[in-house]
Amino acid sequence: MSEAVLEVRDLRVSFAHPLGLVRAVDGVSFSLAPGERLGLAGESGCGKSTMALAILRMIRPPGRIDGGSVRLDGVELSVLNEEAMRRLRLAGIALVPQGSMNSLNPVMRIGAQIEDALADHGVSLSRTALAERIADLLETVGLRAGVAASYPHQLSGGMKQRACIAIAICLRPRVIIADEPTSALDVVVQRQVMETLARVQRDLGAAVILVGHDMGLMAQFVDRLGIMYAGRLVEVAPVGQMVTVPRHPYTRALISSLPSLEHRGGLQGIPGLAPLLRDLPSGCAFHPRCSLAGERCRIETPALRPMGGNAVAACHLAEPVA
Amino acid sequence: MSVLLRAEHAGKAYGPLTALRDVSLTLDQARPSITAVVGESGSGKTTLARILLGLEVPTTGRVLYHDADLRTLGAAARLAFRRDVQAIFQDPYEVYNPFYRVDHVLTTPVRKFRLAKSAAEARVLIETALRAVGLRPEEILGRFPHQLSGGQRQRIMVARALLLRPKLIVADEPVSMVDASLRATILGSLRSLHEELGINIVYITHDLATAYQISHNILVMYRAGVAEAGAVDGIVTRPEHPYTRLLIASIPRVSTERNWVSEAETAVAGSAAAGGCSFMGRCPVAMSECAEAVPPLFRTAADRAVACYHYRTAPELAAADLGTVLTGMHEAGSRAAAG
Ligand SMILES: Nc1ncnc2c1ncn2[C@@H]1O[C@H](COP(=O)(O)OP(=O)(O)OP(=O)(O)O)[C@@H](O)[C@H]1O
Ligand SMILES: [Mg+2]
Repeated sequence: MSEAVLEVRDLRVSFAHPLGLVRAVDGVSFSLAPGERLGLAGESGCGKSTMALAILRMIRPPGRIDGGSVRLDGVELSVLNEEAMRRLRLAGIALVPQGSMNSLNPVMRIGAQIEDALADHGVSLSRTALAERIADLLETVGLRAGVAASYPHQLSGGMKQRACIAIAICLRPRVIIADEPTSALDVVVQRQVMETLARVQRDLGAAVILVGHDMGLMAQFVDRLGIMYAGRLVEVAPVGQMVTVPRHPYTRALISSLPSLEHRGGLQGIPGLAPLLRDLPSGCAFHPRCSLAGERCRIETPALRPMGGNAVAACHLAEPVA
Repeated sequence: MSVLLRAEHAGKAYGPLTALRDVSLTLDQARPSITAVVGESGSGKTTLARILLGLEVPTTGRVLYHDADLRTLGAAARLAFRRDVQAIFQDPYEVYNPFYRVDHVLTTPVRKFRLAKSAAEARVLIETALRAVGLRPEEILGRFPHQLSGGQRQRIMVARALLLRPKLIVADEPVSMVDASLRATILGSLRSLHEELGINIVYITHDLATAYQISHNILVMYRAGVAEAGAVDGIVTRPEHPYTRLLIASIPRVSTERNWVSEAETAVAGSAAAGGCSFMGRCPVAMSECAEAVPPLFRTAADRAVACYHYRTAPELAAADLGTVLTGMHEAGSRAAAG
């Protein structure tokens, strides 16, 4: 599919661990259309951040990328040298890392941190042009230009997160990967930050991958949603279809773990424990927690199958919807 | 005397900045409840939590533990307070000593409060508590704090609270760093603690949806003051304060209706008139009188009060009587007594 801006095929990442290999990303494939908003959701530890980092080839030991292909606008990234890859981060695919608002440099003004990101990518501008560019960027994310002179501790959480988005978009990337950009923020600020991200993305014409675990946030923001379980995608579908007719039992469990505002008394976590990635259950990795699991689920690993609409799901028991 | 802890006109100022203004609250041992304190960051929630825990001395009003001012507790009463009132914080990392295995935070209270007669009994107690919060003891015990995830460390703190069987748990954003499923699991275990052991819980959060699910009472805080308070059902299903409405409208729902992105009504704070309603600068229904004085609480029903001039036809409720609208307490008591 040449029209995809990003194409991930059979991506695999593992971490060495004294008790066995941790397969954090285990054969993940998906593609991203220009301007599309794709969500990646799943429980803590299922490999979401690892996948985001692997797309950018930012996995550090004891982790390694074991294989797979990532193409940006048709260009294979796995064969690029380190220098080309460095240029591509920010300019091609920009990552807003998990917890980034708390990892801004505390002793550097926001303006200088944006300046660094630009300089790092060889953007050289006159003092005034640079100041203008930074002011523009800050305004784009809904901050006053004066914020450039502030230190991170002088800003609220929402403002810091906006500053991180400003840094991520400073080179007008084709793809923005935002890893849980709002999980530490309250709902009102979350909504404001997501509105800003939506507007910036539209203006840039960039595609977005939103990583997170809040199905409500996904339902409100993304076009298409991938559900990850134990390092694999187990369902991918347009988000409307996902929330109305989820095909995978795990997707249903994720949705019902969200607290309702309509009726009380139904706070229901997913039963059982998330599996150990270095010691996965046989067959379908979800089977020990699945109330529907049968004999086949314990033996045979399900592959993604078409489920009607544009949905795919990896469950032996899921029936396609007409 | 069944009143465990009572805050009377508790307030806190840091120089010119008011972090908390005039909150009165009673936690009754005979009628345990779960009370949620909801608000954005900087609204005074954590200040209230720290004042209740005796970690912060109020600059106005006082906190009483069994009728004795926290400031002047004797040594024995202080020790009892330390056992009766437990805290769970957002990131418990600081509670752990990085040089000790995590077992330490569990074995210490068992020893200190003589919860077990033998090492084997202690082990069973600890393992049971860990399983109750969804942890595998064999994956947890023997590890160092940095080898565990934030969610795992958090659940160990809940397990620790389980071991101690306190009379009150003040949980400050206990689940804001864990995923949605774990959030439900951890809050579920807090709720069972309350139901099975009759423990009072003050649940501090910015998440109104989970507050609705587990609490009886709710205090919505805005800029150091109580915006709205009462039984959780009415407040979540029929919010009165414009800030509570904004909070509820901002919760992302799992639905195909996209009412969420691309709205302007969340517009960031304008300046509030000094001396007036602190929400005025953001309020879509502000009136001229909102600038004149801080709105008092108006009692709009037996089990709720709201600090907004739109409800001024309702009788005024003295700040000291805030506790009287928290009727969930009585229900909670009867339920706990029955169960
Ligand atoms: N540096 C590392 N060394 C060893 N194992 C790691 C490392 N980073 C991640 N892992 C393991 O890889 C798996 C996936 O982790 P990852 O951070 O990608 O999960 P996640 O889905 O982003 O979780 P969360 O929702 O908590 O952010 C986990 O089992 C984790 O323990
Ligand atoms: Mg992550």
